[in-house]
Amino acid sequence: MATIAPAVPSPSLHERLQRIWETPPGLFGILGTVDHKTIGKRYLVTAFTFMLAGGLEAALMRAQLAGPNERLLTPEAYNQLFSMHGITMIFLYASPILSGFSNYIWPLMLGSRDMAFPRLNALSYWLFLFSGLFIYSSFLVGQAPDRGWFAYAPLTEGPFSPGLHMDFYALGLLFLTVSTTVGAINFIVTLFKLRAPGMSINRLPIFIWGTLTTSFAVLFAMPSLTAACVMLYFDRRFGMHFFDVAAGGHPLLWQHLFWIFGHPWVYIVVLPAMGIMSDMIPTFCRRPLAGYTFVALATVSTGILGFGVWVHHMFATGLPDLSTDFFSAASMVITIPSAVAVFAWLATIWHGRPVLRTPFLFAAGFIVLFVIGGVSGVATAAVPFDRQLTDTYFVVAHLHYVLVGINLFPVIAGFYYWLPKMTGRMLSERLGRWNFWTMFLGFNLGFFPMHIAGLLGMPRRIYTYPAGLGWGTVNLVTTIGSYVFAVGVLLFLVNVLWSLLRGPAAGPNPWDAPTLEWATSSPPPPYNFEVLPSVGSRHPLWEGRLPDEGTARSVLDRGPELDDGRETLGVTPLDAEPSEILTMPEDSLYPFLLALSLLVTFYGLLTSVWAMAVAGAVLVIAMTIGWLWPGDVPEEA
Amino acid sequence: MLLSPTYLRTFGVVADRMATLGWILLIVSSVVVLVVSVLVLVGVLRRGTGSFAPVERGGPGLRWIVIGGIVVPVVILVAVFVLTVTTQAAIASPATPPGLTVRVIGHQWWWEVRYLDPSPDRIATTANEIHIPVGRPVRFEVVAGDVIHSFWIPELAGKTDLIPGQRNVMWLEADHPGVFRGQCAEYCGMQHSKMAMSVVADPPAAFDAWLARQRLPAASPSDPDMVAGEAVFTSSACALCHTIRGTPARGRVGPDLTHLASRRTIAAGTLPNTRGYLAGWIANPQALKPGNVMPAVPLKPTELQVLITYLQSLN
Amino acid sequence: MATAVAHRLPVGRAGKGATGWWGMLLLIVTEASLFAYLLFSYFYLGSMARGAWPPSGPPELRLALPNTVILLLSSAAMWWAESGVRQGRQGRLRLGLLLTLVLGIVFLAIQVVEYSHKQFTPATDAYGSLFFTITGFHGAHVAVGLLMIAVVAVRAWLGHFSERRHLAVTNVSWYWHFVDVVWLAVFTSLYLSPRFL
Repeated sequence: MATIAPAVPSPSLHERLQRIWETPPGLFGILGTVDHKTIGKRYLVTAFTFMLAGGLEAALMRAQLAGPNERLLTPEAYNQLFSMHGITMIFLYASPILSGFSNYIWPLMLGSRDMAFPRLNALSYWLFLFSGLFIYSSFLVGQAPDRGWFAYAPLTEGPFSPGLHMDFYALGLLFLTVSTTVGAINFIVTLFKLRAPGMSINRLPIFIWGTLTTSFAVLFAMPSLTAACVMLYFDRRFGMHFFDVAAGGHPLLWQHLFWIFGHPWVYIVVLPAMGIMSDMIPTFCRRPLAGYTFVALATVSTGILGFGVWVHHMFATGLPDLSTDFFSAASMVITIPSAVAVFAWLATIWHGRPVLRTPFLFAAGFIVLFVIGGVSGVATAAVPFDRQLTDTYFVVAHLHYVLVGINLFPVIAGFYYWLPKMTGRMLSERLGRWNFWTMFLGFNLGFFPMHIAGLLGMPRRIYTYPAGLGWGTVNLVTTIGSYVFAVGVLLFLVNVLWSLLRGPAAGPNPWDAPTLEWATSSPPPPYNFEVLPSVGSRHPLWEGRLPDEGTARSVLDRGPELDDGRETLGVTPLDAEPSEILTMPEDSLYPFLLALSLLVTFYGLLTSVWAMAVAGAVLVIAMTIGWLWPGDVPEEA
Repeated sequence: MLLSPTYLRTFGVVADRMATLGWILLIVSSVVVLVVSVLVLVGVLRRGTGSFAPVERGGPGLRWIVIGGIVVPVVILVAVFVLTVTTQAAIASPATPPGLTVRVIGHQWWWEVRYLDPSPDRIATTANEIHIPVGRPVRFEVVAGDVIHSFWIPELAGKTDLIPGQRNVMWLEADHPGVFRGQCAEYCGMQHSKMAMSVVADPPAAFDAWLARQRLPAASPSDPDMVAGEAVFTSSACALCHTIRGTPARGRVGPDLTHLASRRTIAAGTLPNTRGYLAGWIANPQALKPGNVMPAVPLKPTELQVLITYLQSLN
Repeated sequence: MATAVAHRLPVGRAGKGATGWWGMLLLIVTEASLFAYLLFSYFYLGSMARGAWPPSGPPELRLALPNTVILLLSSAAMWWAESGVRQGRQGRLRLGLLLTLVLGIVFLAIQVVEYSHKQFTPATDAYGSLFFTITGFHGAHVAVGLLMIAVVAVRAWLGHFSERRHLAVTNVSWYWHFVDVVWLAVFTSLYLSPRFL
């Protein structure tokens, strides 16, 4: 047992904690750091870079589709580009970028010094990076995946897909699932155990609810993709027959497994982003979120209902009407929690005093895009009309309104909001406005006409189309709009660069926001909080300013110092009562080396060099044992 | 100039019902988007400022959430769901049982079409162009020859996937004569983009005559050029992959060419069926549709000329 | 509950409720889902089968049934070891772990013997693919479990564990029990269900 006495910040405490938590400079520090803030920033930069790559792929496709019978790209090139665009945006950008925010923000928002498993956190980043590079290395041999991100069997099976294209896909995604799963476990345990005392579950920011729901969904959904990719690899490499009708398999098995994973995945990449909005809109409306409980419940119920709608991707596969009706109903029911969230945001805006700064502009734009993506989703849930809509550009429009509207817009808003916390410098407001309007108008100009292209009968995933079908004009407009949109994204990068070089100092809380991450300096010190805060309400930094709040008060300037090595406070899962002192790990090379070993294994599996695969696996085991082997075993607990 | 194959301007009962539902959905959707956009815009502009006001509690907003987030959506969604189910029931089967069954077999990247008949010698086989009688429901059995494809004639009916190991059934009916474009709607590989077809709705008498012709073997050529052309066809690689009924050519890899000249297009809707395009296609199919299974067959120019003359006589 | 007042708190935690324990529990949840999807695939393809399922009749119980008993015994041994360390009984911990290890190895060995008697391979048909993939995945989990037990056994001999500090033992035992429960699900689905369905 140890006694923790409340302390107050002091220069000597700062110095002690700095020494304990600082990552040493040099190669060891770069490869070995376990600081959640460094890892979070790496996630953000890496995922954003993949997004730019995916955007470049899209730009090439849009050039090809700008007019009928264009010959800029060969069919092979186009098919690889559209497949990699989907894989990149969905797997390597949309989810990891949110992991980046969560990694950086969670411990700060929760009033802790790190994630529950800092080394696992480092591991999940390295696995993400390496799996992304693994998938992209397919371009080096000219064999990028070319069967779409959905990879429907049997088109992916050996006889119809020679070469390594789909082996990169199956193995790359398997590799990535390890990263995502490890990350999800880390978030859940962090939430259960590493919160500020007093942060009971009814005081959690909605962003936390979003990532939490998402993390649970990952645990249940990801294994379905794992199973599917293992089967695909086994079919291709070892002549198995999971999807081969001639030998008792079935192609629809792939579709079920893929969409049981795939539809929850849509919610996985939007719920944390919606959470960012639910926490940001109140800050800029100068009031607490309207209907907090409704929004929290809406978040969780969306995550759960998300598992009951996968068949709406399969309405044309010949399933009986009764079963399609069931999934149609489920797909409509899932609209309700989204509507609840939309009207909670609207109420917050109407009953608040909106501050028209860049993050809020993105939030307001996001609500409009969210609703457009939502209602077009309802249209695809109506089975008979979906039989027309499915696999047309209408669906392409729908999914981009969902993924750009509900993921990218909140992400950019999140950057404008939190980048000052991360770098200590503000972004340019003027450039921010240009950034917003270019992205918002460019996006709508580019992607709204896709609805029309779809209604005019244009199917998806075609590398060319003939003249005379009336598709030329809408496609030209789409191409122009998407390039305007791309310019908007570049303006964002310019703004970031400007901010890093010239941005005015942000101070701890530039937006007068209510949550704990704004209680520490910008950028935060390696140990986050000098003394660990305790929480008495949903809005620790607004206390004393709101009428009729309870009597409980957060304490930010006095608390445990925990300076006997890397330590933070453990609490009970529901009520957040202090329960133990957690000893946090030192920096370590094991996560990096383990991920590297796994990369060796996957290249071995890709090339059928089994000795290499086995050697990698042996290294993985050795690294794991080394990692877990206790450095010193304390006498007393 | 072709019009777009849009499913909002339809020519058959199945697609009509789908379009009605579609229009309702599009109108309701537009209204919802408009209302929310106005609410966002007004809400932002009404009290929006450039500076940070002091924080306040603000209204609880429960009425917004209950009315806008729950009551109104539930009413709309229940109505939409009822429409969905009733529409689905209405188009589940035709009023009178179809007298005609067409089997469509999807191949990378063309459509094989068979008009089924109890006696095997009355089965007519063609490709990429389906004729149907106006005003009569037609039953379609769609099956996959290799990978998944999707059968779709936007102006007549929605999509039905062709899935290996499974025989999906759908029906449609055209209520106007016309030519309706269809295109594969499930990504099926390199030339998915060039896997189109057309459905031709003929007046019943014209259809019956057409079908009767399609059942016949190819007429024996009379003209000496055509005779030479037939000899080129049957003695070259052509016959390994294509069938022309009434000749020794019995290949099953590519489309049945017995009545090739009666079709409007070649290469699955890729090119018009004219002498020039036909010659270009045979001379170098990989240039026009890279990746398709048809090889360039080395023919002398004179052979190519008589071959085309012969093929153009097959109607 | 503010920490603005003094508290006495333990440093770290011994077993259930520790961060590491929660991590293991969640790993088990996601692994269980993986097996659920594999078994879903088995039943899905079974329901779509045109001929008999399994094509060559239900797999024999001659080896699998005793093997199931062996695995269950190993779970009991693991429980015995873990409850031993909770009472600080080092001998029982070491013996129990050793027993678990031996029983687990015997299970795998018998599994290999059963594989060698099979008339089909993973490439014969979809049933073969399912049978070997599902039992193989389970076997791989057993192997990983054995590796974990071996490491923990070495640590037990080095005296790393006590009644206060034995999180690794607890976690490994939870994992091992999970692997056994999965086997019961696999056994019921692959070996027993074809006899009833």
